[in-house]
Amino acid sequence: MSELIDILSSAGLWAAVLRIATPLIFGTLGALLCERSGVLNLGIEGIMTFGAMAGWLAVFNGADLWTGVLIAAICGGIFGVLHSVLTVTLGLSQHVSGLGVTLFAASFSYYIFRLLVPVAGTPPTIEAFQPIAIPGLSDLPFLGAAFFTQTPPTYLAIILALVMAYILFKTPLGLAIRMTGENPHAAEAQGINPMVIRFGCIIVGSAMMAIGGAFLTLSAFNSFFPTMVQGRGWICIALVVFATWKPSRALLGALLFAFFDAFQFRLQTVLSGVVPYQLFLMIPYILSIAALAFMARRARVPQALMQPFRRGER
Amino acid sequence: MRFERREQRTLFLVIAPPIIAIFAALFLSGLLIALAGAPIFEAYGNLIKGAFGSRLAITETLTRTVPLILTGLAAATAFRAKLWNIGGEGQLYIGAIAVAAISSQFLTGVPGIIQIPILLIGGAVSGMMLLLIPLWLRLRFSVDEVVTTLLLNFVAILFVSMLIDTVLKDPLAFGWPQSVPVDDEAMLPRLVSRSRLHIGLIIAIVLAVVTYFIQSRTVFGIRSRAVGLNATAANFAGVPLGRTLTIVAVVSGGFAGLAGAVEVMGVQSYVTTELSPGYGYSGIVVAMLANLNPIGVIFAALFIAAMFVGADSMSRAMEIPTYIADVTVALSLLCMLVAVFFTQYRIRK
Repeated sequence: MSELIDILSSAGLWAAVLRIATPLIFGTLGALLCERSGVLNLGIEGIMTFGAMAGWLAVFNGADLWTGVLIAAICGGIFGVLHSVLTVTLGLSQHVSGLGVTLFAASFSYYIFRLLVPVAGTPPTIEAFQPIAIPGLSDLPFLGAAFFTQTPPTYLAIILALVMAYILFKTPLGLAIRMTGENPHAAEAQGINPMVIRFGCIIVGSAMMAIGGAFLTLSAFNSFFPTMVQGRGWICIALVVFATWKPSRALLGALLFAFFDAFQFRLQTVLSGVVPYQLFLMIPYILSIAALAFMARRARVPQALMQPFRRGER
Repeated sequence: MRFERREQRTLFLVIAPPIIAIFAALFLSGLLIALAGAPIFEAYGNLIKGAFGSRLAITETLTRTVPLILTGLAAATAFRAKLWNIGGEGQLYIGAIAVAAISSQFLTGVPGIIQIPILLIGGAVSGMMLLLIPLWLRLRFSVDEVVTTLLLNFVAILFVSMLIDTVLKDPLAFGWPQSVPVDDEAMLPRLVSRSRLHIGLIIAIVLAVVTYFIQSRTVFGIRSRAVGLNATAANFAGVPLGRTLTIVAVVSGGFAGLAGAVEVMGVQSYVTTELSPGYGYSGIVVAMLANLNPIGVIFAALFIAAMFVGADSMSRAMEIPTYIADVTVALSLLCMLVAVFFTQYRIRK
């Protein structure tokens, strides 16, 4: 019991919560934006992988870290265009298109990585983002070390969640996006072009997913290796449901989720040898499934989610 | 530019998409091969030689086809009823570890004629159990099964990893994490001597043909299609939704579990966490390339197996990463989606 209290009262745990949550916040917000406009983007897992690879590769070749983030975002946007053409222009099955984008983006990123980075015993590394202490706040006892000594992308993720909540619920653009997700025909009657809204949301959302992936290689770790995304994209898709399609709740959901992840990791070291470590690693996935089961019925799904919009066709 | 639904689809429009998709994917991958600085035609020459160029190459390709037919059937049967089973990979691993466990713990020394059927059924049942969880969540809590089946893949592989680290660990494997092997009697007979090709190929093809007839000639076949086309309408017309989806899940999960069982009993004899190079996910591509037709699955699986075996030898001969096979497979899925679309719609200015 005292060990549990030790874990919970260490600033390291809470600092880790924010670190683990960052890629999830980016990914969840990206997926949320797509779904608010009515399109499920299962390309997320592959887009995160590609973002992780592209951002890392740019920095490895001499770009600075923010340029790496930008390149990851642009690559994500390009995959967003691909997903948009398939699901919006052609109106194909959003499930299968998304899986196709994931399979393509992931294998393509491995291919490029293998092609451009020679095989070595230890994977090559870069100088990753360093934590920045926020002046004043970081001097607070405990809280400073836990919450105000993070790398810049983490602060960016939190700001992004607030900005997105504002745009979605307080601006005409947000209204247009939500309307397109609820009823594209009604939106069109109001002079909104649902196709354009959906294209825009998918491209911007995919860019956010790629930034989430890039966080892994540019901040959390300093190298890229295949399968490093480890289902984080799928967890984000589950978190969108858990967040009931609201950015502020997405932020809370990602933090809650990251808390369990950070906690299980520390519990592992305490209980090593007693309980197989794999049981702990299962926790994030099982939690996501439980969260889905818990929230699926209560959540109000965007009514036009997964319905292709074709002008003049119902 | 607008799209207009075609009234009729000629036979050509049904057969052409997979062929066009495969060539389009090979063309796009060719650009990537050129990016690697290799001559494209020589590279594809090496690929074809690697997949079909010798007796060994052909039997290897066919050996790889077996699990792909089964995971392809798993996806095809489920997708037909719009049950999005993306969990083939996890179900495959559960089927595999079940076979290793049952054979090594309970059936050691039992003659193959009895043991093999028990194990095949055991593997299939284990795979289907894993799919019944997301199905139950869908029917009970309306949870979208795409995400749950995907997430369960990770859980299943971690579960297998745990078992081969602990209770099922092979003490003779020098600390390497691999399961105890299945009993010698459990190994599937060879189909061709001096090769790894086993009778799993016959089993898979027979199952594909049987599935085809069940889907086209039985009440269940029609019901599963009706549920896929419009679940609400089907339910209204008296199709028992829950029961039909449950049978579909049992069949689909069973195929995926069987893929794992056959891979262990036919090829590996033990389970590691590297048993499957993504057979479960490739099965989705197989199903889509086959346009969900069980007979088509056989040929689509052959294409994908040839890509993987051929790419291995191509990458040994030339400096091209083996991931090119995965890229081509993914591209063929995307091209297939677009190709099928244009068989259903025409462009109207």
